[in-house]
Amino acid sequence: MEFVFSKRAKILFSVLMIIGVIAMIVGFMNDHSNHHGRFWANILTNGFFFFAISLGGLFFLALQYATEASYMVVLKRIIESITQYIFVGATVLIIFFIAASAHWNHIYHWMDNAVYHEYVMESTIGTDHPEYVDEMVEGAIDNEHYDKIIDGKSAYLNLPFFWIRTLLYLGVWCFFAYFFRKRSLMEDEIGGTKIHLKNMGYAAIFLVFFAFTSSTAAWDWIMSIDTHWFSTLFGWYVFSGIWVSFMIFLVLFTIWLRGRGFVPFVNDSHIHDIGKWMFAISFLWTYLWFSQFMLIWYSDIPEEVTYYVQRITEYKGLFFGIFFTNFVFPMVILMSRDAKRTIGYLIFVGVVIFFGHWLDVYMMIFPGGVGGELHIGFMEIGMFLGFLGLFLYTVFNSLSKAPILVKNHPFLEESKHLHI
Amino acid sequence: MADKIIYATFDDDMVLLESAKKLTAKGVHIRDVFSPFPIHGIDPVIGIKHTRLAICGFIYGLIGLTLAVSGMYYFMIVDWPMNIGGKPNDFLYQNIPAFIPISFEFTVLLAAHGMALTFFLRNWTLPGIKPRNPYPYTTDDKFVMEIHPSDNEISTDELMSDLQSTGSIAIEER
Repeated sequence: MEFVFSKRAKILFSVLMIIGVIAMIVGFMNDHSNHHGRFWANILTNGFFFFAISLGGLFFLALQYATEASYMVVLKRIIESITQYIFVGATVLIIFFIAASAHWNHIYHWMDNAVYHEYVMESTIGTDHPEYVDEMVEGAIDNEHYDKIIDGKSAYLNLPFFWIRTLLYLGVWCFFAYFFRKRSLMEDEIGGTKIHLKNMGYAAIFLVFFAFTSSTAAWDWIMSIDTHWFSTLFGWYVFSGIWVSFMIFLVLFTIWLRGRGFVPFVNDSHIHDIGKWMFAISFLWTYLWFSQFMLIWYSDIPEEVTYYVQRITEYKGLFFGIFFTNFVFPMVILMSRDAKRTIGYLIFVGVVIFFGHWLDVYMMIFPGGVGGELHIGFMEIGMFLGFLGLFLYTVFNSLSKAPILVKNHPFLEESKHLHI
Repeated sequence: MADKIIYATFDDDMVLLESAKKLTAKGVHIRDVFSPFPIHGIDPVIGIKHTRLAICGFIYGLIGLTLAVSGMYYFMIVDWPMNIGGKPNDFLYQNIPAFIPISFEFTVLLAAHGMALTFFLRNWTLPGIKPRNPYPYTTDDKFVMEIHPSDNEISTDELMSDLQSTGSIAIEER
């Protein structure tokens, strides 16, 4: 059976993208924050959130390969199509990082050269390129922008190394997304068990690489916004957010496809299984969110609490609201077995926590990237819709490129008869 | 005849499942099935209701949560207010993050132990209790179906011949 990317859906997603472009232009014009910080923070939030969904898909696919799981085989093409957004998502992120490196925005405070040097030549202050020096020389005075903490981190947080890391993560992740897709299509034609057995090893390699780089990428791209602050749990926290966002999207997308009759081979047990994932990973996310919060709250060390102090004083309702929404909704509503088999409950919870996890990314980036004022206005909503349109367009497009059910996978028959 | 019970032994779970389907299609009521492992899909066929153990687990969990929170409230806020890192301790909510791990542990503890005990009590398989299993070999490699003729309208002879024809290797009446 082929998935048809209907004309109506194409128009709808194009309209969403146009809304996004309008929101970008209008927002950019009306954005009077420092160096259009709000605009660029929106690009990073949406760029990262949708990139994260496809990255979560890649991780989940590799997990299925490495464990040789049979139950997910009928959903494999759907997962693959989600991973194919990773190329677009990576491009968006690279554009953002170029903008940050070129000082078009000041989301990353540490990218500013001024914070690394103790002294500045007095005669050059006020010009476009003040001359900074590390030692006291004739004509130099104390640099008021000098930041000892950031200077201490300069061995890791410097532009060349940042770019090497970023290109390494994005390059390897994109390669695996391409590589798994290619092998999956190859399996359709060739068949046999050779590809399936080798996928296990490749997936294991990917998972080891991902285990390290998902953490370091979270530090580089998100944690370094609040440059003074650090948390060793942050990588895991972001990773759980990535995973749960993907699970939510997979549940909603599969239910939609099944409602449209594209995937008659997906039965209640498959829906139940991915519903369980959504339920369980919501707990993982809550666990990590709370662990990070509680340890910092308990010890109350000034250099650690800054992150929470800012969020609690300026965004108290939203900050704790997201936590409770993303925790209580899945827990209370999806706890029983029957609820995970009822489409209505899954859609309701899925939609609520989908926005909840977008707001979670928003909460990671905006307080540090833009500063104090809480504003979810036309720009935030419009750009979210625009990126959603782009994401859905890419996913639908790649889903329509290949048969929606894999052929020749050794566990295909077993997966079709999943019964729990 | 009313006191007699028919035990039909099978040596394959799938044969038993097919047999059970055929018998229940005729309106025969099967009391129970003994098996060394869970037979996939047998529950709806022989009319076993969905387990309520999960509901018990939920209730035990709530009890554990309530006990833990109220206990800590009494110990740490009311009876002997603890000064931990200089944090205010006039009200429960001011210290609640520190209590969450213990509340969680206690919830899990009570839910897990409560469910295990309920399971054993409901099945009456506590240590020292004589097993109700009619044939010890159903814990090894055989499967037994238990039918009470008093539950059913069709005659015992017909029941036996049906069991025989659907693959039972031994039928005993006792």
